[in-house]
Amino acid sequence: MTETINMLSIRHIVKQYAQHRALDDVSIEISQGSIFGLLGPNGAGKTSLIRIINQITAPDKGEIILKGEKLGPSHISKIGYLPEERGLYKKMEIGEQMLYLAQLKGLSRADAATRIKYWFQKMEIESWWKKKVEDLSKGMQQKIQFIATVVHEPELIILDEPFTGFDPVNADLIRDEILELNRKGATIIFSTHRMETVEELCDSIALIHKSHKILDGKVDAIRNSYRNNTYEIEYLGEKCGFDDSAPFVTTNETATNEGYMITLKLTEGKSANEVLSYLVPKVRVNMLREVIPTMHEIFIEKVSQIS
Amino acid sequence: MNKILLIIRREYMTRVKKKSFIVMTFLVPFLFMAMYAVIFYVILNKEEFAEVEKIAVIDDSGSFRSLKSSTSIQYNYPAGTVEEARAHFKKSDNNYLLIIPSDKRNILLLSQKKPGISTVASIERQLSRINRTEKLLAAGIDTAIVNSKSNDLSITARQLTEEGEKDAGAWVAFGVAMLFSIMIYMSLLIYGVQVMRGVIEEKTNRIIEVVISSVKPFQLMLGKIIGVGMVGLTQFLLWIALSAISVTAAGLILLKDTDVSKIKTEQIKNTAGVQAAPAAGSTVGTDFLESLNTIPWTYTISVFIFYFLFGFLLYSSIFAAVGSAVDSETDTQQFMLPIIMPLIFTSIISINVVISNPGSPLAFWLSIIPFTSPIAMMVRIPFDVPAWQLALSMSLMIGGFLVITWIAARIYRVGILMYGKKATYKELVKWFFYKE
Repeated sequence: MTETINMLSIRHIVKQYAQHRALDDVSIEISQGSIFGLLGPNGAGKTSLIRIINQITAPDKGEIILKGEKLGPSHISKIGYLPEERGLYKKMEIGEQMLYLAQLKGLSRADAATRIKYWFQKMEIESWWKKKVEDLSKGMQQKIQFIATVVHEPELIILDEPFTGFDPVNADLIRDEILELNRKGATIIFSTHRMETVEELCDSIALIHKSHKILDGKVDAIRNSYRNNTYEIEYLGEKCGFDDSAPFVTTNETATNEGYMITLKLTEGKSANEVLSYLVPKVRVNMLREVIPTMHEIFIEKVSQIS
Repeated sequence: MNKILLIIRREYMTRVKKKSFIVMTFLVPFLFMAMYAVIFYVILNKEEFAEVEKIAVIDDSGSFRSLKSSTSIQYNYPAGTVEEARAHFKKSDNNYLLIIPSDKRNILLLSQKKPGISTVASIERQLSRINRTEKLLAAGIDTAIVNSKSNDLSITARQLTEEGEKDAGAWVAFGVAMLFSIMIYMSLLIYGVQVMRGVIEEKTNRIIEVVISSVKPFQLMLGKIIGVGMVGLTQFLLWIALSAISVTAAGLILLKDTDVSKIKTEQIKNTAGVQAAPAAGSTVGTDFLESLNTIPWTYTISVFIFYFLFGFLLYSSIFAAVGSAVDSETDTQQFMLPIIMPLIFTSIISINVVISNPGSPLAFWLSIIPFTSPIAMMVRIPFDVPAWQLALSMSLMIGGFLVITWIAARIYRVGILMYGKKATYKELVKWFFYKE
């Protein structure tokens, strides 16, 4: 564990519903300024954990420390939360609604108005102020809700599946806003199923499955630790057979435009160099690279191991 | 605290700004006024609305030659025998054929269509009176004495109080009691259901999660209940003000030409000490006004506001809990019945039993139990409730409100986060015991 104070320390959290234990001794550290991915299949306990961080529910055991302080009502204004199930008051004017939500987070009415106007200008939606939510498209409503999540400049932003419901253009727009907020110092927690998002954006992750944390750490470190001596090699020319003296086992072979692509696994104690010295006399090697498992593969592997 | 104010403000403003609220607030008093105006007009001019019934009379006894026609009944005496009249009746423009045999027994009324009850009663009355007068005359009694107006007696109900006697004004008290308890009953239902709808809206919209990441569920529930309650109070105050204005205006217009001068002359007569028989029309009005004045309005309205507020708080927290337990309004039915039952039960019992006997044990118990007391107590209030009973009822009301709100809040905080789960009573009990 690092010496610096983490943004969020989740320590030995247990949450018990009547017959169902939603979280069982879950501990996670989230460092300040990071983008953290909270992963897990449906029903793993992610939402329960997020609700505890948001103080919507309280844990049965364990504690949450936010910047060195035990989580309490004073931290509400420091957290911004975008729930997976989006929703706004349908019949309320958007401007009024944003003011209301921002004030609930502790902003004064004047402050809230200034910041909302800033965001409306930035998103080029100033003309929506007097509109009602029910008159907007789903994507537009999502934008509004995103602004409502970050308008009070929270230090910790929790986004539950933030990109669902956005078209690619707006998804990029929102992603850029998230990254900018992160550059300005906000810590971001993503709860998501989309592993591309995780690989692209997240520094660290925790994987929750069946109420337990089964994996956590930096994304790069995790991926590296799941390396299993698998390489991809492309060679040009005729198809070539490999005899028993080869320092690897071929697991996959496909034809490419000019030659063949093989996936291979090193045999015990052999190295990539030995593969090359075995192959070079036989074929013209075009490319060799190590295959590092994607988060998607790791996710599936870990989850299927346990179930 | 500040956040509760924000929630109250939102709940209040969004409702008050709604078109339906504005329309209801301004339309209802005028609808009532219009309704009363129509009723008044019909009563005053009822003859004009009644159809004139033509009655042919064949009187073989010879006693009923002088039946008096009125604006609604016209008698005529065709010549001829009973058989001729019967034969001719179908084709005539008479609605009825009254056949009185010479011995006055088995009097028969034939009609073209089903006879009207009031018409039959009116004919019966006249026949009986003439018959009685005839018999009295036969017995040698002066009918002038028998029929004299001075025979009619009336009772003045006066109540003995500390300050002396005062007019009991039972009928006005009756009306006021009815009005206030009906107002409580209606408002508990209307505004209670509004609270429930608000909760369901937040739950189905899923905004609930955003809001309760900022405030405690209890704050949200309380803010909503208070906000809606204030909407109800605003509507009542506006209704009372608008009614007062329109009554005054109507009074000024109606009284302008006729009654004012009458009342004035009467007052002058009274002050001069002249004992004159007051004109029948104006006494009704002044009696009514006097009775209204005997009702302690400040006391009655304060008690009304107390029972409205606490009754509303109690019932709407139950409504809030119900709203939290369901996903849509159609699922509320199984929970609605047990809430509405005590309300309907009390209002029916109150109007039929309590009001006619406000001191009975049933009236006492209904006005003490928190669930029924808002309605039952309002019925009893104009009939002087002992102070200790009022104090007991109010304390139980406050206590009941606290307990019920506590229970409701525990169900509410769990229910609002349970999506897509069909709640049963068993489930609600489980939610109640969930730890924080």
